[in-house]
Amino acid sequence: MTSLPETTGKKLGLVIDLDTCVGCQACATSCKEWNAGGYSAPLTDQDAHGGDPHGAWLNRVHSYDVGDGPKSRTVHFPRSCLHCETPACVTVCPTGASYKRASDGIVLVNPDTCIGCKLCSWACPYGAREYDYADGVMKKCTLCVDRIYNESFALEDRVPACVRACPTGARHFGDLGDPSSAVSQLVQEREGFDLLPEMGYKPVNKYLPPRPRRDQTSEAPAHAAEQPTVNSGSLADRFFVWADNTLAR
Amino acid sequence: MLNQEPDIALSEPSADEIKTTTCYMCACRCGIRVHLKDGSVRYIDGNRDHPVNRGVICGKGAAGIMTHMSPSRLRAPLKRIGPRGSGEYAEISWDEALETATGWLKGVRERDPTKLAFFTGRDQSQALTGWFAQQYGTPNFAAHGGFCSVNMAAAGLYTFGGSFWEFGEPDWEHTKYFMLFGVAEDHASNPLKIELGKLKAKGVKVVAVNPIRTGYGAIADEWIGIRPGTDGLFVGALIHELMRTQKIDLEYLVRFTNAHWLVIDAPGAADDGLFARDEAGKPLAFDKNTGTPADASRIDIAPALTGSFQLSDGRNAKPGFVAIAERFLSDQYDPETVAVTTAIPAETIRRIARELAHAAFEQTITLDIPWTDTAGRRHEKTVGRPVSMHAMRGISAHANGFQTCRMLHLLQIVLGSIDCPGGFRYKAPFPRPTPPPNRPARATGPCQPLKGAPLGFPQVPEDLLVEPDGAAQRIDKAYSWDAPIAAHGLMHMVITNAATADPYPVDVLFMYMANMSWNSSMNIPAVLKHLTAKDETTGEYVIPKIIYSDAYSSEMIAYADLILPDTTYLERWDCISFLDRPISGADGPADAIRQPVVTPDRDVRPFQSVLIDLGARLGLPGFVTDTGAPRYPGGYADYIVNHERSPGIGSLAGFRGADGASYGRGAPNAKQLEAYIAGGCFHEHRLAPDQRYYKHANKSYLEWSKDVGFIGAATPVTFQLYLEPLQKFRLSARGHGAIQPPASHRPRIEKYFDPIPFWYPPFDGGADEHRFSAITQRPMHMYHSWGTHNGWLRQITAENRLYINRARAKTLGIADDDWVWIKSAIGRVKGRARLMEGVNPDTVWTWNAIGRRTGAAALANDAPESTRGFLLNHLITELLPEREGGYRFSNSDPITGQAAWYDLRVSIEKAKPDEANESFPQFVPLHAPPLAEIKSEAVP
Amino acid sequence: MHPAYSVIVFTTASGAGYGLLVWIAAGVAFGFAPRDAAFGFVGMGVALAMITTGLLTSTLHLGRPERAWRAFSQWRTSWLSREGVAAVVTYIPAGLLGLGLVFGEFAPGQIVLGAALSAPCALITLWCTGMIYASLPTIRAWHQPLVAPLYVVLGLATGGVLMTGLLLSFGHDAHWIAAGGGAAMLLGAILKRLYWTAIDTAKKTYTAEAATGLGHLGTVRPLDPPHTQPNFVMREIGYQVARRHAEKLRSTAAMLLFLLPLAAALLLLINPPHALQLIIAALATASMIAGVLMERWLFFAEAEHVVVVYYRGGSA
Ligand SMILES: Nc1nc2c(c(=O)[nH]1)N[C@H]1C(S)=C(S)[C@@H](COP(=O)(O)OP(=O)(O)OC[C@H]3O[C@@H](n4cnc5c(=O)[nH]c(N)nc54)[C@H](O)[C@@H]3O)O[C@H]1N2
Ligand SMILES: Nc1nc2c(c(=O)[nH]1)N[C@H]1C(S)=C(S)[C@@H](COP(=O)(O)OP(=O)(O)OC[C@H]3O[C@@H](n4cnc5c(=O)[nH]c(N)nc54)[C@H](O)[C@@H]3O)O[C@H]1N2
Ligand code: SF4
Ligand code: SF4
Ligand code: SF4
Ligand code: SF4
Ligand code: SF4
Ligand SMILES: [Mo]
Repeated sequence: MTSLPETTGKKLGLVIDLDTCVGCQACATSCKEWNAGGYSAPLTDQDAHGGDPHGAWLNRVHSYDVGDGPKSRTVHFPRSCLHCETPACVTVCPTGASYKRASDGIVLVNPDTCIGCKLCSWACPYGAREYDYADGVMKKCTLCVDRIYNESFALEDRVPACVRACPTGARHFGDLGDPSSAVSQLVQEREGFDLLPEMGYKPVNKYLPPRPRRDQTSEAPAHAAEQPTVNSGSLADRFFVWADNTLAR
Repeated sequence: MLNQEPDIALSEPSADEIKTTTCYMCACRCGIRVHLKDGSVRYIDGNRDHPVNRGVICGKGAAGIMTHMSPSRLRAPLKRIGPRGSGEYAEISWDEALETATGWLKGVRERDPTKLAFFTGRDQSQALTGWFAQQYGTPNFAAHGGFCSVNMAAAGLYTFGGSFWEFGEPDWEHTKYFMLFGVAEDHASNPLKIELGKLKAKGVKVVAVNPIRTGYGAIADEWIGIRPGTDGLFVGALIHELMRTQKIDLEYLVRFTNAHWLVIDAPGAADDGLFARDEAGKPLAFDKNTGTPADASRIDIAPALTGSFQLSDGRNAKPGFVAIAERFLSDQYDPETVAVTTAIPAETIRRIARELAHAAFEQTITLDIPWTDTAGRRHEKTVGRPVSMHAMRGISAHANGFQTCRMLHLLQIVLGSIDCPGGFRYKAPFPRPTPPPNRPARATGPCQPLKGAPLGFPQVPEDLLVEPDGAAQRIDKAYSWDAPIAAHGLMHMVITNAATADPYPVDVLFMYMANMSWNSSMNIPAVLKHLTAKDETTGEYVIPKIIYSDAYSSEMIAYADLILPDTTYLERWDCISFLDRPISGADGPADAIRQPVVTPDRDVRPFQSVLIDLGARLGLPGFVTDTGAPRYPGGYADYIVNHERSPGIGSLAGFRGADGASYGRGAPNAKQLEAYIAGGCFHEHRLAPDQRYYKHANKSYLEWSKDVGFIGAATPVTFQLYLEPLQKFRLSARGHGAIQPPASHRPRIEKYFDPIPFWYPPFDGGADEHRFSAITQRPMHMYHSWGTHNGWLRQITAENRLYINRARAKTLGIADDDWVWIKSAIGRVKGRARLMEGVNPDTVWTWNAIGRRTGAAALANDAPESTRGFLLNHLITELLPEREGGYRFSNSDPITGQAAWYDLRVSIEKAKPDEANESFPQFVPLHAPPLAEIKSEAVP
Repeated sequence: MHPAYSVIVFTTASGAGYGLLVWIAAGVAFGFAPRDAAFGFVGMGVALAMITTGLLTSTLHLGRPERAWRAFSQWRTSWLSREGVAAVVTYIPAGLLGLGLVFGEFAPGQIVLGAALSAPCALITLWCTGMIYASLPTIRAWHQPLVAPLYVVLGLATGGVLMTGLLLSFGHDAHWIAAGGGAAMLLGAILKRLYWTAIDTAKKTYTAEAATGLGHLGTVRPLDPPHTQPNFVMREIGYQVARRHAEKLRSTAAMLLFLLPLAAALLLLINPPHALQLIIAALATASMIAGVLMERWLFFAEAEHVVVVYYRGGSA
């Protein structure tokens, strides 16, 4: 259903902390694994053991070198569908297979009606749509819609596979439409940001910026050595005098 | 109708059944839940109750399905029918395989059991494999530790009775400052990630010391891009600064260490540099109260840490700490001096020292936990210095790693931060005595078992396994003068030594789970020659028989004569035991099992069961009953439950005793495995709060530890700042004692066996033109060569690059994606360059073990792993250049024999345009054996 | 963008087909084309065949061509859907027109009505095709006001060349069409030139720094890609044509698509012998087809999708 809902009940999405992501790929493979047998099944691979292996993955982790020289940093950057509020990936879809759920804002593809025209992938600025070459339909992050409401799961497991997997806790899931939710507060506190806001897609997912490094300045006060009783002699001599006095106390 | 949101199944169960087990996509050993649907694996996630991973999983673990279903899996036993390396095999039955192996092994045992070299790799059953070797009677046993990180293990065990590895961990909850040295991923894969995430959230400063900034270094608050092999200088300079600014925990030193023990100062004497001892052999300290030497362990003395004193025999002695302080306060460790070699500005060194001191001394942690020390003193509070560290192969995989690691422990100890709140904490069964009491066992003759385990911890030259002329008794020359305290053996030297009959040839080389013709050997071209070398007179291979167990079509199987196909980790029993390397946390000693969650669909058998079967066929003591019947007819599961190493002590500590109520010690319990399974395939014992800190001197803990069989006696573990055993070896090199090194080895022993840690340049310096250090890192999502046969993981990384500092590459005219030659003293390799900022300018690096030989791992011949991937191993020499007398030492730490992978020096040169096509070297493509079909299409 | 051959053939063929339909309709309505059964049969046949082939070829691009019918449903938001609807709708007046021409009118005014409706329908379809691309904000080179008009004008221009050839083959006078088609061609050439200038001078405002939100920390350069082999997105979108190569192709395309057919139109206007006219028309057709294929290829190959900044850094 290609028309976007006027509003959505919730704005479910992810918050990804670029300050703690170590680029371990757990979110990528857990996502692949869950979805290869879940709502997105099959999630095929081409030439998996051959010369040009590739396949449909709904979550991918980049790494970047940012800045130059001593001030540079390495940043790991996971990227999946941002479940935008006004995404053209939905509106361009000729079949209605691409839709945004009115209840929670999740952007999904209906695998039964998608014709695999790939137009939505052209419309997504974030590269979040993955065509499944063998299945002939478009796949994308489902926000693990078949997990988050899954009544056969323990409550604490009703989270996306990538969030449950992430060892560093860099991924958070929740309702970004509710300002009092934990994710919204996190975004507030850490000044979470949108990717390419100028595209006007209004991503729901937010990214938390890397914290400033603490390598130029010291937090520890530069206190002088405790005064030894003698000021002369080698470093070792002075140290020994101090040690002697200190232990004797 | 078209415009309605479709109905979707939101509550589809993930499985028909969920079984718990332990992951084996790496050595971290997380608890996993395997979701099974229609009898196949559908999904694997982390077990939330598990003490190791607490529910999370890593990139590899979540891709376990694809490893389990890899087309590279072997499907039946194989025997070689073509020449070695040709990859011509015939499938044979298990009966034939086991009979063949038994025949080979029996003959050897009857002639000379040392002619069996049994080496295992990345397995987790060394308690069993080591016992097999012991009962068989060969000392020639070791696992991968020697090429892995034995420097770390040995330095820790000799110094404070614990170690980094996964033998200990920072007090994550309380630490206020965390330093990570030379770690890319490590064995504590998920725990490190979990805790780094939390430290960052709490704002605890994380400092990464590493020539490369990726992974953990990328999120560290501070990255110190040190020049490889120079950490000893950096750490020494930190100690220098702490001493200079008088930020040393002296109380801690006299309470827990040997800092005050008197060291005899009698140059030339046979006991020069040894501890002064009383008649009872107890080390002495100078008691300032009485003005006389006294038993150093007494708590009622006021020990001197400084000064020089006369012993009753009139000779002089000084507290060991004096020489330590003098060394570190010397100019050699002055930050200004050190800055030049380490590439770390002096100001940074001073600042880090200041920050350490600030955290340790101004941010002391006080927990409301009363505890009692071994002297019986009760402490109302548990007080700690919240500075913690972790280090691994970046420190240890250098020829100076042992001493560097010792220095790192010295740093922790002078800060007073071992096993205190906020510091680095032991995990059971540690702490153990410094060093652990067991010594390496010797061969005792045909058909005779060894008297103890093959691996141990030498303390005096008499413990060495050497002939009277100094020649090595072990094939890998462990415990010889080449590597006297080679606590884990030197697996990386086995093939070379066996093929060159140095010290002697072997009859059977038996290996398990180690890809020794590829990524776990040095100088692959030479290793391949060794594996195929023939005796000119007999036409026989110089390594006559090779038996190998692998589960996959690795490079190594092509060089084996008999191949025993293993199951995958989801198909077998396994045991993560206190007899080996358990999964304890600092508060909770824990062990675990693996249970088969699916049954093999091929003719494969779990290797441990096969080994037990072989032991029974060979009639090895312990493997058969008095009547000669197999002792463990139920295979490994039977052994796990019923084997007792000593009465009441077996593979698993939990649910022992007939009723399953005992811990640690107790009779075998037939229902033990069921109990483990019911508990999620692990058992964790929670230590009482008063047992959790200062375990090295904690009465309650040590008594408990003795009760459950981890240690022999509840005596406190004294930290060995001054390491007397090294001095004993040194004295032998000076001509004292019955066992002395050959002349060729004396200068080496004299120099490196310094009882006080020091820095020296690594050996494999290469020539001047080899200006770059070349190192590798483990990708977080790949486990050595295991990852490349995984259809998902290899999509992430199917080829590796050579990473070069951007500015430096420019000066060499190298741009991103250029093909470059990487040349070392022994050869050259070609790969593609990638430029980056976050790497020390004098360092180049690549991801480890991505490159694979054409045809291996069931990959297509045009797989990027072989057409564009490359290995640095081809460039790393296994033998150092000839020294005096033409002898070539192995490229290893002179003390422990740790493989010095990261001492490699190379030069870099842009390839010519017509060479910019594929990686070099390319070997003859391997011929794949018949492989298993992919069973199910249910999961792609 | 990866130049998908099915899409190139589709827009080329159906573009020319719709263009031809417009010319036939206009010609029949305004009397400079004959109401002649044979001409009607062949002319409408060619137009509809090209349209249909194009549309069918476009389904080759689909992963699930058997579900193509679903594409008609979302005309409220999707230009692709609108194009599909318009394309199908166009068959109705085109059918009226074609049948009228070939079999005679069933109802009075059938031909005029068919012609009067066919032309706008065809033009709308062409416009929709253009809008499929022009509506995508993610691809700067397509998100241009000139894109939809170009699709229309080039459809008319290429249809004009076809129409000219057809008229000549049937021995009819083609002056008006040659002139009209030539005018469209000239307009197309001008628009295309403007378009190229526009995309060449457009500022690449989407940067890796903005895309990652890390710009405040410095230049953002990719270190390790998510996967070492290209994924779907890079296969589909990451196609890059070398600047120099593109320049060459542009001039060749311009020559084949505009210059030669224009020259042909001028030649025809000076009334050479009939046989020569036929040859000129045939050559012009061939040249035009090659040219438009190239132009379409370039339209894809030169278009850069914003997502490449995640993979390559820099800007798009
Ligand atoms: N250049 C360089 N070289 C290095 C290192 C480095 O840092 N740099 N690191 C070194 C270190 S620390 C190590 S530990 C070694 C690791 O090197 P290896 O121990 O050789 O590790 P792997 O390549 O993973 O291979 C072990 C073999 O086990 C097989 N295997 C996998 N699963 C199973 C199973 O379930 N059963 C059986 N029987 N076999 C199985 C695999 O197919 C493979 O052939 O590499 C060393 N080599
Ligand atoms: N994902 C994954 N996990 C693994 C493994 C795997 O293959 N994959 N292998 C397992 C095994 S067998 C082992 S032994 C452990 C090893 O775990 P690590 O010790 O983390 O292993 P390496 O990847 O060798 O990392 C060595 C690190 O030291 C740095 N380094 C090199 N030289 C120096 C130096 O001189 N000084 C300093 N400060 N740093 C230096 C390198 O840049 C690198 O980051 O990992 C285990 N865990
Ligand atoms: S990220 Fe892309 S696919 Fe996801 S909603 Fe936004 S535009 Fe659509
Ligand atoms: S590929 Fe499928 S979801 Fe995407 S636009 Fe086409 S029909 Fe819609
Ligand atoms: S929410 Fe689910 S589908 Fe989306 S990236 Fe995470 S695991 Fe993949
Ligand atoms: S699992 Fe977490 S830490 Fe690992 S790559 Fe994904 S977001 Fe980053
Ligand atoms: S860290 Fe190792 S054991 Fe744990 S889940 Fe990952 S691969 Fe498995
Ligand atoms: Mo290792």
